[in-house]
Amino acid sequence: MLNTEARTAQPGLLGGPIGLGYAFVERQTNLWKRYWAWELVWLVYGVVNTLAITFIAEEAENAGIAGADGAAGLVLFLLLGTLVWAYLSAVLDDISLVITWERWEGTIEHTLMAPVSRAVHLIGMSVFGVLHAIVRTLLIFAFAIPFFSVELGQADWFAAAVVIAVGSVSVAGLGILTGVLPLLYPERGTQMSFMLQAVVLLVSGVYYSVDVLPDWLRVFAYISPATYILDGIRGAIIDGRGVADLWDTLLALVAFGAVLVPGGIAVFAVAERWARKTGQLKRQG
Amino acid sequence: MATLAAQAIGLNKYFGGGFDYRRLVPWRRNGDGKHGPFQVLHDVSFEIRRGEIFGLLGANGSGKSTLVRIMSTLLLPDSGEARIFGMDVVEHSAQVRALINRVSADPSFFRNMSAVENLLFFGRVYGLSPAEIRQRLPGILERLGFEWERALEPMSHLSRGQQQKIAVARSFLTSPVLMLLDEPTTGLDPRSKRDVQAFVRQARAEHDSTILLTTHDMEEAELLCDRIAFIAGGRIVAEGTPLELRERVARGRPVAEITMEMVFMELTGKSIEEDEERDQEREEVMTHA
Repeated sequence: MLNTEARTAQPGLLGGPIGLGYAFVERQTNLWKRYWAWELVWLVYGVVNTLAITFIAEEAENAGIAGADGAAGLVLFLLLGTLVWAYLSAVLDDISLVITWERWEGTIEHTLMAPVSRAVHLIGMSVFGVLHAIVRTLLIFAFAIPFFSVELGQADWFAAAVVIAVGSVSVAGLGILTGVLPLLYPERGTQMSFMLQAVVLLVSGVYYSVDVLPDWLRVFAYISPATYILDGIRGAIIDGRGVADLWDTLLALVAFGAVLVPGGIAVFAVAERWARKTGQLKRQG
Repeated sequence: MATLAAQAIGLNKYFGGGFDYRRLVPWRRNGDGKHGPFQVLHDVSFEIRRGEIFGLLGANGSGKSTLVRIMSTLLLPDSGEARIFGMDVVEHSAQVRALINRVSADPSFFRNMSAVENLLFFGRVYGLSPAEIRQRLPGILERLGFEWERALEPMSHLSRGQQQKIAVARSFLTSPVLMLLDEPTTGLDPRSKRDVQAFVRQARAEHDSTILLTTHDMEEAELLCDRIAFIAGGRIVAEGTPLELRERVARGRPVAEITMEMVFMELTGKSIEEDEERDQEREEVMTHA
């Protein structure tokens, strides 16, 4: 006997949204394992990139551009910049490729017709993105740190963890927003989302203070959550500032998260409806 | 409870015709005549009764897959309605998705994940627990003639026929009350084709599922379907049981001598191959849509 009412009933929280969201975490973990060679490539690239950029500070001392103290500070400044960017770009990549992955694999129609809300789908992908980025960044940190003599005794690691935790929400929102582009533009959307990431890198003070940016460009620094994450991390690790001292930075990140996550999901829903209208929800190639 | 599993009521769908930046170029201002709106469905209506296998026959590009994508909630109609167990697929897409599943001509899996990993994911997003999936899976795979050991290999190591069997397993795993089979046996070898067809009949008999089968294989349609509709150029041109359709064109000839291919040619005015020529034009519009 058919019971369509029972089939469409909403399950409880654990059997419902959490279980459904976890399906995406588990799937991405399986894909991650199968594509381990690519993961190795990105890890090596991350380590090399971190070393290459941080050695610039050593060169500054050797060339007499900076004194010993200044160079040591610059080493930590650049090291944190590259690590935080490795983290943020990994989160942004994982989330913004939410549609691109499905198109590459040819599964877009089957995944998007599953009875799982898009919010749960996107949050599941975001959780994986954050966990994946944490693992990769910790490995880069572990490989890179022996190359430099940096003073970390003053660091407030708890405050740094709070900044990353709160900041990750806003970055997830940004990733969801950039993930809309491949939905709208199947052939060029992925490239467009990478270009947006590049702009975030430019304006957020990853390798320099945002004070050096031209005034018109600095405006974008204020509306990039990455600026506040970098400020917070550097404040916690270089200056030893605690959570209470970083309240203004954390407040800004909470505000970004509160706007970007629901806003990103809402924009994604509108874009998905447009894609359903124009027949874009299909595999390419 | 609804006695109709699915309904299409005056469905129309167009592709293309939106803003085309190429027309900003002066010498292409008038376009090339290929990118205007192209109607792929013309006032399509039909009903599928609960528990039946309803065949939709037509050439490539006749609108079959467009219809299936509308029923699957992946495509919005421009006008008309599609209902699954009385629920509008646009307004109640979340509820409808819980009732349906689909097999398409292309198996569509995560190629580097194993069949089991794929099925775990696709089962989970339909609300099944891993325990339920592991319990149901061996029986389904066995009935499809699929060796369990191979289900642990990456999908990319499997043949086309084996992948398609996993696609069938994926859809039946979630026990859908309406199954959308969009050319499920296209490209399969004869043995795999028979395995899939036998499984479809068995699954319908045991699970009270309703099945919408699209195909351009006349024999398959006659073998599996309780009722058949012919679709050509986005229009439903005839509908009935296989016997009714044959009788309609018999005109004194013995019905047993009338093949479904002959019925198709009589009722659409062309062979299925001729009808496929329209596909090329539609594909160009879809590419630029």
